[in-house]
Amino acid sequence: MTALPLQTPEERVSYLNAGHTLRSWFLTTDHKRIAILYLVAITGFFAVAAVGAALIRLQLMTPTGELLSHEGYNRAFTLHGVVMVWFFLIPSIPNTFGNFLIPLMIGAKDLAFPRLNLASWYIFVGGGIFTLYALIAGGVDTGWTFYTPLSTMYANGHVLAVIAGITIAGFSSILTGLNFIVTVHKLRAPGMTWGRLPLFVWSHYATSVILVLATPVLAMTLILLFAERALRLAIFDPSIGGDPLLFQHLFWFYSHPAVYIMILPAMGVVSELVTAGARKRVFGYWFVACASLAIAGVGFLVWGHHMFVSGQSPYAGAIFSFLSLAVAVPSAVKVYNWTATLYKGEVVLDPPLLYGMAFVGLFTIGGLSGLMLALLAIDEHVHDTYFVVAHFHYIMVGGAVSGFLGAAHFWWPKITGRMYPLVWGRISAGLIFLGFNLTFFPQYLLGYLGMPRRYPTYPPEFQALNVLSSAGASVLFVAYVLPLVYFTWSLRNGRAAGANPWGASGLEWTTPSPPPKHNFEQIPVVDRPAYDYPLTRARGDE
Amino acid sequence: MPRQALTLVGVWVALMALLATTIAATFGPFGAWKAAINLSVAFCKAGLIFWVFMHLREQRGIARVVALSFLLWLAILMGLTLADVLSR
Amino acid sequence: MSEYVTLREPYAARRQQSDADFLGMYVFLATEAMLFGALMCLTFLYRTQHPQASALAAQHMQLWIGAANTGILLTSSLFVALGVLAARHGQRRTTAGMLAGAMALGVVFLTLKGIEYGLDYRDGLMPVIGHPSPVRQGPAGLFIDLYFVATALHALHMIVGLVVLGTAATLVLRGAKRLPGQAVVVEMSGLYWHFVDVVWVFLFPIFYLARG
Repeated sequence: MTALPLQTPEERVSYLNAGHTLRSWFLTTDHKRIAILYLVAITGFFAVAAVGAALIRLQLMTPTGELLSHEGYNRAFTLHGVVMVWFFLIPSIPNTFGNFLIPLMIGAKDLAFPRLNLASWYIFVGGGIFTLYALIAGGVDTGWTFYTPLSTMYANGHVLAVIAGITIAGFSSILTGLNFIVTVHKLRAPGMTWGRLPLFVWSHYATSVILVLATPVLAMTLILLFAERALRLAIFDPSIGGDPLLFQHLFWFYSHPAVYIMILPAMGVVSELVTAGARKRVFGYWFVACASLAIAGVGFLVWGHHMFVSGQSPYAGAIFSFLSLAVAVPSAVKVYNWTATLYKGEVVLDPPLLYGMAFVGLFTIGGLSGLMLALLAIDEHVHDTYFVVAHFHYIMVGGAVSGFLGAAHFWWPKITGRMYPLVWGRISAGLIFLGFNLTFFPQYLLGYLGMPRRYPTYPPEFQALNVLSSAGASVLFVAYVLPLVYFTWSLRNGRAAGANPWGASGLEWTTPSPPPKHNFEQIPVVDRPAYDYPLTRARGDE
Repeated sequence: MPRQALTLVGVWVALMALLATTIAATFGPFGAWKAAINLSVAFCKAGLIFWVFMHLREQRGIARVVALSFLLWLAILMGLTLADVLSR
Repeated sequence: MSEYVTLREPYAARRQQSDADFLGMYVFLATEAMLFGALMCLTFLYRTQHPQASALAAQHMQLWIGAANTGILLTSSLFVALGVLAARHGQRRTTAGMLAGAMALGVVFLTLKGIEYGLDYRDGLMPVIGHPSPVRQGPAGLFIDLYFVATALHALHMIVGLVVLGTAATLVLRGAKRLPGQAVVVEMSGLYWHFVDVVWVFLFPIFYLARG
């Protein structure tokens, strides 16, 4: 029946060859092309932030590292933090895979506001280039957290330029969240009820709620910081009664929910990877969907756990500690449900599932260390040490980046119409898992033993663990370059992919690979639940 | 149409009356209650503007929830930060 | 009515598109509310920490200009609301006229604001420029600086609002947007203007009436 070879993507009419001019790409309103524009941009930013990481790990190879001056080291970790948080992690999954997939998954032809989508990309790139220029042309030494009064009164460097760029990029976040919320409410295909939405969409909806409600508070915080530094206004100046702790309250009111912006989309990806990899309906659909909303909601109540030792009252600390323990519950619910989905499923260890499983394991470790940090008594000792650094890297890199790579390995054939060599996908997943643990597990130990973060030197007895960590980082570097190589290779030489190479459920798999410009010839009418396994068609069919 | 226009003018009259009230309250003998009174009046004015001028009464559930969600979130910001400030 | 509504990609029905436009605008206004709300929360927190200094600072505000501006802005909102009503009934000239009236009041607001800032400068309340009054030292200075940030940001939003209203009025008057089918541009502009009004409704008591 399928004796004829599949058409290559170049032969097929799709969104990729609907126009070859620069204009057709840079003035596109097609959500799929905008997703690719974002993908290129964030890959570039990731590379720059990785350079910051490389500088840090090189410096920390020796106890009295002479690679960077103390000022230079401060600028290196600030560059790494600012670019990773705002220009890689926050947009990574939502603006690439979210943009590409949400209309396809709900049966729509595009997002609610396509031109706003394009505008958000220009705003993002504009803010990013501006910030990047400032960070490289001298940089900033305050850390990505910009605590006052250092940032407002004492820091040298391009603080104003950097925070202006971040504020601009923040508008891109807000517009994206706005677009997703309206799209999910108003553009679902007939029959696509809330209860039939893929969990990927639920996660992005929850993320969008955070994006629109939290980001403006960051904008105001940075505006106040800008005003105080540029116009010598007195907002957080302690000498006349200003309260630097109020800066921290305002900053973390955004920045804690921001970490949920970074992880929720990855959780949505994992839900898709796990059900497709096990070819089994997700266990407890409504529990997972509501857990996404709960994480978004409760995530707004816990920001004070970043301020346990800053001078916050111990009573407020106790409240925030309790709430921080509570926010772990919906995340744990998801981990249980993913595990239960895999149980007795027809598990095939293809690269997407490997990344999904890496997420579950690494996120759990990171999450458990988060519970430890949420306890006042423990945080008293490990605050501002490498224990904290290890915790958030397990979540952000072990979790969010695994989710991002898993998404890439899963939806690559849909996006490009090409399949990559699966064996290399498995190798890179294994190498990343190995390199990641080698880099960051020693940091738990270092932190527990007392090594502070953001210091360019350390006592000699910590050297062995630091060298292990730096060695792991070099493995990670190779492991991250690998997918770039074989994905690029696959664009010309990869096997042409069919509509549904994984045999997965979901409206996006009913379109050709790559999809046509308007996604669907006719808007589909949905009458089956989500994750409708077993599918009537066998795996790998056109 | 004149009836609807009359409603709008009526809302305007109410808004101006509330403005006069809030200014009077500031000069009145209300002491520590002034802030609460003035804020309540502000909420009333904002409510009228949202409900009538901004057509919130014509919208369906989700638009209303979205339009008013920020109140809850600002309450969270204010409440938990106040918990710290008051107990230091 | 519906024959003039142009359906945009990716919508399949006019009601769907109109609902999406309204929902999008409300979401956007919620983000603006969080922006200004964060500033208002900070002001309240400082008032809690420094009650006397805040009251002292508020006593130096130009209360009557602030009150006049509140009345002016509320009236401009009435004009906008009447303009939207006229747009829904397809009355091109009335719509444009009402919007122009609102804009005129907006310009009066900004003029009074300019005069007020001039008086603040004369009183030594301004940061950076002028001879700083002793009020600016100590915690009262915090309150005064927040007042400047808040009102300046609000004025910026007012200017954007004037542009928005002006664009809507022009499009309607020239027939580029036909009423009542394409009234959504007037509705959206109106929502934005009303929201800028709501922000001021809160700024007024928070700063001007906080005199204790």
